[in-house]
Amino acid sequence: MADANTHQAKTQFGYRRHPDQDRPGKDAAGHPVVIVGAGPVGLSLAIDLAQRGQRVVVLDDADRIGEGSRAICFSKRSLEYWDRLGVADRMVEKGVVWSVGRIFHGESQLYQFNLLPEDGHKRPAFINLQQYYAEAYLVDRVVDLPAIDLRWRNKVTALENRNDSAVLTIETPDGSYRLHAQYVVACDGARSSLRQMVGAEFGGQVFEDQFLIADVKMTAEFPTERWFWFDPPFHAGRSALLHRQPDDVWRIDLQLSRDADPAVEKKPENVRPRIARMLGHDKFEFEWISLYKFQCRRMDRFLHGRVIFAGDSAHQVSPFGARGANSGLEDAENLSWKLDRVLRGTSPASLLESYHVERSLAADENIRESTRSTDFMAPHSQQEARLRKAVLSLAKETEFGKRMVNGGRLSVPCSYDTPLSSRDAEAWRGGPSPGCSMLDAPLGEQAYLTDAFRKGGTDFTLLSFSNGAAIDMPAGVKDIRIGGEGGLADPSGLVATRYDAEPDTAYLLRPDGYVAARFRHPTREAIAAALSRAAGLN
Amino acid sequence: MPLSTNSNFARPDDAFRAVVEAHRGLTDAQSADFDAALVLILANHIGDIEVLREALLLAKRRMIDGQQQQQQQQ
Repeated sequence: MADANTHQAKTQFGYRRHPDQDRPGKDAAGHPVVIVGAGPVGLSLAIDLAQRGQRVVVLDDADRIGEGSRAICFSKRSLEYWDRLGVADRMVEKGVVWSVGRIFHGESQLYQFNLLPEDGHKRPAFINLQQYYAEAYLVDRVVDLPAIDLRWRNKVTALENRNDSAVLTIETPDGSYRLHAQYVVACDGARSSLRQMVGAEFGGQVFEDQFLIADVKMTAEFPTERWFWFDPPFHAGRSALLHRQPDDVWRIDLQLSRDADPAVEKKPENVRPRIARMLGHDKFEFEWISLYKFQCRRMDRFLHGRVIFAGDSAHQVSPFGARGANSGLEDAENLSWKLDRVLRGTSPASLLESYHVERSLAADENIRESTRSTDFMAPHSQQEARLRKAVLSLAKETEFGKRMVNGGRLSVPCSYDTPLSSRDAEAWRGGPSPGCSMLDAPLGEQAYLTDAFRKGGTDFTLLSFSNGAAIDMPAGVKDIRIGGEGGLADPSGLVATRYDAEPDTAYLLRPDGYVAARFRHPTREAIAAALSRAAGLN
Repeated sequence: MPLSTNSNFARPDDAFRAVVEAHRGLTDAQSADFDAALVLILANHIGDIEVLREALLLAKRRMIDGQQQQQQQQ
């Protein structure tokens, strides 16, 4: 992405010839799922599918990871997902944990926010971790799973969508070969070649503003917080962001003018004085410099015949809000269990349509939020600039002004208005409603509800609060029971509080941890009906 | 709650005058700054997005009507 980088690839992988390549094109090998792109989304999806018992081929046109830090903020939701994939501990151990952000205007602080102001969650609001570490840990996990066949330097050059399969032509250092796949998942990034192959539009808004990313290595005493400035003294009239990464690396993001010359701006000798002005010293080294403009856009449909799009290939947002990689991981989490069921034949192929519906809602929300943040940072007209100026000045003395200052709204799971949910039939004062993500809560010391869900096998799960009697459950549903004989203890009472639970309350969770339905007094029939709806069976 | 377009002030002239006087002595640019802040303060006080949207529509319609009148006069 950028030249002028001292930073080299962190990990390089060898190309290996696969027996599939020996087969003639007419008798090409067939696989249930081929994932194109070994980035965070493709690798996570592969692990998830493999853990569900699927065999997966992953193709990547490169043979290395680690060109620049790129995505650095991984959300609580992503960490909870990675927990289920067996990689979160390493990510959190290496990553920099944070939850507090500060917004400054000029020299003074306007306000600060805490993204996770309550205790009793296994995972923090965010970690910062260079994307190359995340990818390296995911690759390590992939290597442990024999069901995943990861092929480097395998570049898809042609795609043919048939009724019951897709046929890929793949270029390798040994020449090309073909593969049949029941489903192809395109996780091949914003410049997706598969998107071009299916001939899909990628429409949206192009922003003219330019931003400079510099990852610098230095020892500094700044706290582990996200600092955002409007019009700082060291970068007059524009915005700036400072964020810590592991290994004493700091992410600095500076807004430049629309007409700045990229080739000039990203020369280290031009970047250095800007950063020195910001830090008040020049005792730092560059890890990565990149100048970017961005776009907010999405595909109209995430399903194209047998090809399913996930992550940046399907939708692209501005970086303010950490909605890129995190939303891609949510795509993987949403798709994996559905694709698994369809491949097993336990749900009809139409279940995949709900992936498009639900993740489209999320993409629209992410685009809306990140567009608003960007517009706030770079107003389009004089009057927009005036309104922003008014907000910034009102923020000094009013609560509502602070709440209107938009220096990036950070990624939280989207709630789905989805046909897979069963509507509430009873009264609820709180708790996650159908279509919302489950909430974590403590189960005594060092034990959490998200762990209980993971250990249960991340399938359809009934979370129930005991009233002393046994629940008559339909077959195939896992069980997390709070209280009662043999149930899990809720010593802090926080599970009950967060789920607005009374004795006999139950939540039906989907395999991705979203609430499908909830009941004050569950019956076998009601659970079965909700289950069948959530599995796309009616 | 819909947007109220009834006369809500006991003395409407006082209200109009108060806004006008706030602009006295300001340049156009200062007035625009002032209005931006005032709109946001009042919008927050109303605190109802539907009412705000209705108000925006009404104001937009005035502007469009005004343009049409101008065109007719030309």
